[in-house]
Amino acid sequence: MSMTTEEPTSETAAPRIDTGRNRQARTNGVILLALAALAALVFAPDSSGIATFRLSRPTDAIPLSDLAVPAELSIQIAAALLAFLGVRQFLRGGARWTSVSLGLGLLIAVAAFLVWATAGKAFSLTGMLQATLVRAMPIALGGLAGVLCERVAVINIAIEGMLLAGAFTGALVGSLLGGIGGLAAAVGIGGLFGFILAALVVTYRMDQIIAGVVINLFVLGLTSYVSSQIFQEHRFLNNAPVFRAIKIPILGDIPVIGPVFFQQNIFVYGAIVMVVVATYYLFHTRMGLRARAVGEHPRAADTLGVNVYRTRYINVTLGGMVAGFGGAWFTLGSVGRFDEGMTGGRGFIGLAAMIFGRWHPVGAFCAALVFGFADSLQQKLALLGVPIPSEFLAMAPYVATIIVVAGLVGRARPPAADGKPYVKE
Amino acid sequence: MQVELRGITKRFGEIVANDSIDLTIREGEVLGLLGENGAGKSTLMNVLCGLYSPDAGEILINGEPTVFRGPADAIQAGIGMVHQHFMLVPVFSVTENVVLGVEPTGLLDHLDLEKGRREVREINEAYGLHVDPDGLIETLPVGVQQRVEIIKVLFRSADVLILDEPTAVLTPQEVEEFFQIIDYLRDAGKALVFITHKLNEILEISDRISVLRRGKIVGEGDPAELTRPKLAEMMVGRPVTFDVAKAPVDPGPVLLDVQDLTVLRDNDEIAVDQVSLNVRSGEIVGIAGVQGNGQSALIETLTGLRRAAHGTVRFDGHDITRVSVRKRHTMGIAHIPEDRQRAGLIGKFSVAENMVLNNYYSSRFSSGPQVNWSTVHKSTARAVQDFDVRTPSVFEPVAHLSGGNQQKLVVARELSREARLIIAGQPTRGLDVGSIEYIHERLIESREQGCGVLLISSELDEIMALADRILVMFKGHVVAEYDTAEGPVNKSSIGLAMAGAAL
Amino acid sequence: MNETQQTMSLNHLLKAQRGGRSRFEDLVVVPIFAVIVALILGALIMLATNVEPARIAQSYVALLEGSVGSLNAVSETLTAAAPLVLAGLGLALGFRAGLFNIGAEGQILMGGMAAVVVGFSFSSLSPMALLPLSLLAGALAGALYASIAGALRAATGAHEVITTIMLNLISYRLLDYMLRLPSVQKEGRADPISKSVPEAAELPRLLSAIDPNLRVHAGVFLVLLAVVVVYWILFRSKIGFEFRASGENAEAARFAGIRSGIVIVAAMATAGALAGLAGANQVLGVLGRATPGFSAGIGFDAIAVALLGRSHPVGVLLAGLLFGALEAGGRQMQVDAGVSIDLIGIIQALIIVFIAAPLLVRAIFPWGFRKTTGREG
Repeated sequence: MSMTTEEPTSETAAPRIDTGRNRQARTNGVILLALAALAALVFAPDSSGIATFRLSRPTDAIPLSDLAVPAELSIQIAAALLAFLGVRQFLRGGARWTSVSLGLGLLIAVAAFLVWATAGKAFSLTGMLQATLVRAMPIALGGLAGVLCERVAVINIAIEGMLLAGAFTGALVGSLLGGIGGLAAAVGIGGLFGFILAALVVTYRMDQIIAGVVINLFVLGLTSYVSSQIFQEHRFLNNAPVFRAIKIPILGDIPVIGPVFFQQNIFVYGAIVMVVVATYYLFHTRMGLRARAVGEHPRAADTLGVNVYRTRYINVTLGGMVAGFGGAWFTLGSVGRFDEGMTGGRGFIGLAAMIFGRWHPVGAFCAALVFGFADSLQQKLALLGVPIPSEFLAMAPYVATIIVVAGLVGRARPPAADGKPYVKE
Repeated sequence: MQVELRGITKRFGEIVANDSIDLTIREGEVLGLLGENGAGKSTLMNVLCGLYSPDAGEILINGEPTVFRGPADAIQAGIGMVHQHFMLVPVFSVTENVVLGVEPTGLLDHLDLEKGRREVREINEAYGLHVDPDGLIETLPVGVQQRVEIIKVLFRSADVLILDEPTAVLTPQEVEEFFQIIDYLRDAGKALVFITHKLNEILEISDRISVLRRGKIVGEGDPAELTRPKLAEMMVGRPVTFDVAKAPVDPGPVLLDVQDLTVLRDNDEIAVDQVSLNVRSGEIVGIAGVQGNGQSALIETLTGLRRAAHGTVRFDGHDITRVSVRKRHTMGIAHIPEDRQRAGLIGKFSVAENMVLNNYYSSRFSSGPQVNWSTVHKSTARAVQDFDVRTPSVFEPVAHLSGGNQQKLVVARELSREARLIIAGQPTRGLDVGSIEYIHERLIESREQGCGVLLISSELDEIMALADRILVMFKGHVVAEYDTAEGPVNKSSIGLAMAGAAL
Repeated sequence: MNETQQTMSLNHLLKAQRGGRSRFEDLVVVPIFAVIVALILGALIMLATNVEPARIAQSYVALLEGSVGSLNAVSETLTAAAPLVLAGLGLALGFRAGLFNIGAEGQILMGGMAAVVVGFSFSSLSPMALLPLSLLAGALAGALYASIAGALRAATGAHEVITTIMLNLISYRLLDYMLRLPSVQKEGRADPISKSVPEAAELPRLLSAIDPNLRVHAGVFLVLLAVVVVYWILFRSKIGFEFRASGENAEAARFAGIRSGIVIVAAMATAGALAGLAGANQVLGVLGRATPGFSAGIGFDAIAVALLGRSHPVGVLLAGLLFGALEAGGRQMQVDAGVSIDLIGIIQALIIVFIAAPLLVRAIFPWGFRKTTGREG
C-alpha cells in the first residue's frame, strides 16, 4: 500500500479568482458610469437657471423656506459623484458595498433627473412625497399580501384580482352601508378569494400560477359584468363615500414629515399598522415560526405535527384580506366609484415589491414606496411640462418593476418550498 | 416502555410495502432493522411514527392498543424519529428547529426562544451532544445536524427513538462518535430502532436484529450468532458475493488531466481548491469522501456544467476547460449524474425520449432540423434489451419504472455511445443489490474495453471494490491518494483521510 | 428460434399501449363536465343579478344560435376563433417549454401595429407581396417584443409572469403613443387611430360571393398551417424536443447539454411570433386599422384556450373554436337577451378552473369517473 499525502497548498499564493460578486460589481460599475454620462451629457447642458423645490405649503404651522439649487452645477456634481461610484466598482475591493453603491447611485440619478425637470421652475417636493405614500399603499398592501402567502410557499398571482374584488365590493357595499361597512366587506371578499385560492392550490392541487390567473380573469369578468349589468342602471350603487385624510395632532405639524406621514387617510395608517403586526406575527410568534417552517420545509413541519394545509389556508386567507383592504383604497380611498379594471396591474407591481423587499413585510413596504415614487413622479412631471411624451412617463412604474425583478438591485432567496404543492403521504 | 407492532400491513396501490409485520421494541435495547433499499423499512417506521396509517394490524404501547392519527399522536406517545433525510429547516437556528411544533410561548403567542435555548443546553449536557443552540442549520456539518435531530426527539421527551439510515451521511469517525451517543441513550433507558442496510454496523451496535425483505420479516436473531454472509443472504434472498471480479489493471495513456482546478459554489464559497488529478484509459479512479466536500462541484466542472474559477481540464490532450457540455459529450465524455431523478431523467418523458436526451441531435437520430423517432424507438428497444431495463414498452414514461430500472436506463444511455471517459456520480445510490451488481459489472466491462472511469461515491465499500486508484476529498482538497496495485488498502486509513486527519 | 423470440419482444417493446380509460377521462370527460358546470354557474350568476329564468333560457338559446345556428353564425365563430387559436398556439408552445407567458396581449398589439404600418407604408406593392410582408412584419414584431421577457428571464432569472404583464401595460401606452405619431395617425383625425390598411394587404374574405357580410377570411388557412407547424415543432423537431425537455425538467435538460438561455429566448420568440400573427390577423382580416386596445383581451382569452387545449396543437384548435363560438354567441346573447357579454369572461374563467383542477371536477361528479386506485390518486 502506498499513501502520498499531498502538501496543503494554503501557503502558496492563492490564484486570483473571479467571483460572482466581482462580476456583479463590474455590471454595476457600467450602469453607474452610463448614468454619469447621461447626467453630464444630456441633462446638464439642457438645464439652466435655478430649480426650486417647495418644502411646505403656506398654510402649514411651521413654514420652511424653499430649497433653490443652481440646476446645471448640481447636475454636474451629481455626474461626478456617479462617475466616482462607477469607477470604484472596478478597483480592488469594489465588490464590497456594491449594492449600496448602486442604490446610492440610482438615488443621485433620480435627484439629477428631478433637478433637470425642475430647472427654471418650481416644484412641491413635499406634495410629491405625500403622493408617493398615497400611491404606494395598494402596492404595499398587495406586497404584504404576497409576503403572507409566499412565506407559506403559496405564490399568489391573484393579488391583482383580490385588489379588484376589494375595490368593487368597497364601492358597492360602501354605497349602501357607508365607508366602514364597505371597508369591512372589501376585507371579507379579499379573504374569500384568498380562501378560494387556498382551496384550489392546497386541496385540489391546481397549479398555483394557473389558479392565480384564473381568479384574476374571474374577478375581472364578474366585476365588469355586474358593473355593466347593474351599475349603469342603478348609479346610486356605485357612489360610495371617501375616507378623508385625518391629521394626527402635533405630529402632523412637523415640517415635511408631518404632511407625508401624519396627514393621511386610514389606508396609510392601516397599512403601517399591518406591516408592524405582520412583522411581529411572522418573526416573533409561535404561529409565525410554524408558518415560515411550512414555507421552507413543509415535510419537516408535518413530521413535527404542524398542520401544513391549515397553516396555508390561514395565511393565504389573511393575505387575501390584506389585499381586499388594499383594493378598497381604489374606491373608498380615492374616487368613491368603481371602474372596470381600475387596479391597472398594481397587484403585480405589489408582487415585484415583495421580491424587491426580500419577502419581508418592512422590505415590501419600502419597495412599494419606490414604486409609489415612480408613480407620483410621472404625474407631477406631466404637470411640469417635461419634453417627454406622457405615455412614456406613464410607463415609469412598469419599467421600474421590470428592472427590479430583473434583479439589478441584488437577488434574494425566496422561501425554499415556494410554489410547490405539498402532498401529504 | 415497550412498543409492539402486530400484523402491520401497508399497501400503496397494488404494491404491498409491509405485509403483516410483527415487531417488538424494548427499552434499554437497540433493535437493528436490516433490509435492502425498497424492502419496506422506511414505510414501517413511518407507520410507527404516525405519518402513515396502516391498512391492517395494530400498535400496542405497554400492551395498550393505540391509534395514531398523525405524527403529533406518536410524539405524544413518546415515539420520535430521526429521518434519513433530515427534517430540518435550513434557514432556522438550532433552537428554532428544536422547538418547532412544541414551542414555549408567552403573552400574545410570543415565542419564548430563551426557554428553548436553556433546554437545548440541558439536553446537550445530559447526553454529551455539544451543539450550539444558536447555530444556523445550513452552516452546520451533517454530523452536527444529525445531533440536532436527536435533540429534537429528546426535547419532546421521547422514549423510543427510530434512527432511519443514520450513518449514510457520516464519515467512519463520525459513525464511531454516533455509536457512542447511541450507547449513552441506551444506558439512559431509551428504546432504539436502528435501520440500515449496512451489515457491519448492524452487527456492531444492535442487541437484536430483524431482517426485512419485500415487506416481510424474514429472519430474527442475536448478533452474536449471526455473520455477515448469513445476514446478507437473509436480506437479499440468495447468497451474495462481496467481491467484484476484475482483471489486473493495465492503464493506457492519460485521458483526463486536471491541473490546479479551483471551483466556486453559487455563493462564491470555494468548493474545489486547487485540485490536480488524472484518469488514464483502462482504469477506474475512485473519489472517496463524505458528501459535500466538493465532489459534486468537481463533477459539474469536469462535465462543463460549472465554470472553473482557476486551473485547466484537459481531455485526450485538448484543453476543454471552457468547452460546452454538449461538445464534451461529443468528444466522448459520458456522465452518470449523481441525482438521476433531478438531473438524469425526465419523469414524464418516455423511455425512448430519455434514451436520446443528450444525443437526439446526433446524425444517428436526426436529419436536418428533425428527429427520426422511428430510428430512436428501434435503437432504444435494442438498448433496453441489452441493458436489461424492465419496461413494458419504449413509450412508457420513466416515472413508472423502478429506481433500479431508471438507473439502468441512464447507464444504458451513457454507455451505449462511444464514450472514452465515464464520469459516474453515486451510480448505485438507493438501488437494490441486483441492480448494484449489474451496474458494477458494466463499469468494469467498460474499463476492460479501455475506457477511463472516474467514480465518485460516498459508499467507501463501493470505491474499495471497484477502484484501481483511490483519491480522498476533504473540504475541496484531495488529501490522500492510494494505489490498489501496490497492495491492499487500509480502510481505516481512508476513513481518517475522509475526516480530514491527513491534513 | 432464439432470434425470432428476440425480434418478437423487440416488436413488443415498440408497441405503444393504449392510454386507457383515465387518459380518456382526462382528455374528454373532464373538459365536457367543465363546460357544463361553467354554464350552470353562469346561469346562477345571472339569477343572482336579477335576470329572470325565462331570459336565462333565452340567453343560452341565443348563445347557441349565435355560434352555430346559421352560416353567418359559423362565419362569426371562425372569425373569432382564428386569433384565439394563433395566440393560443404560441402560449401552448411556451407552456411546453416551461414558460408562463402572459404577454400575448402586448405581443398581439405590437404585431398588429407592425402589420398595419408595413401595410400602409408599402401600399404600392402587389397583394402577392404585400400581404405576406405585412404578416411577416407582425410575426417579427411579436417575436421581438416577447424576446425581451425571454432575454430577461435567461440573463437574470426575472420571472416571465411579472415581466410579460408589465410589458402588456407598457404596450398599451406605446400603442397610444404610436397612434398619435403624424406618420401613423389617420389624416384629419384628433383621436388615436391609424391609417387604414390598403386592400392589397387585407386577408381576403372567403364567402363574400355568397354574402358580402360574411366576415370569415383567409386567416383560417393561416390558422390551420400554424397548427401543423406547431405540431411539427413540438413533436418532430430537435428544437421542440429541447423546448419540452427544458419545460419538464430544466435541470435534466441542462445536464443533457441543452442551453436553457437559447431555449427560453427561442421559445418566447416563437410564441411571440404566433401572437404577433394573431394581431396581424385581426388588423388585416377584421379591423382594417389599429386603434387603442384593438387586442380586446384576445391575449388573455388565449391563455384559457391554451390551458383548455392541454397545450396540444389540436387541443388548442378545438378549444379556440369553442371560445370563438362563446364569443360569437355571447354577442348574440347581448343583443337578444340583454345580458352583458362580460358573462362570457366569467364562464371562460370557470371552464379553466375545472380543467386545471381535475380533482375538483372529480369531487363534484364522483359518478362520472371510474374509481381511481392509489397509484393514480
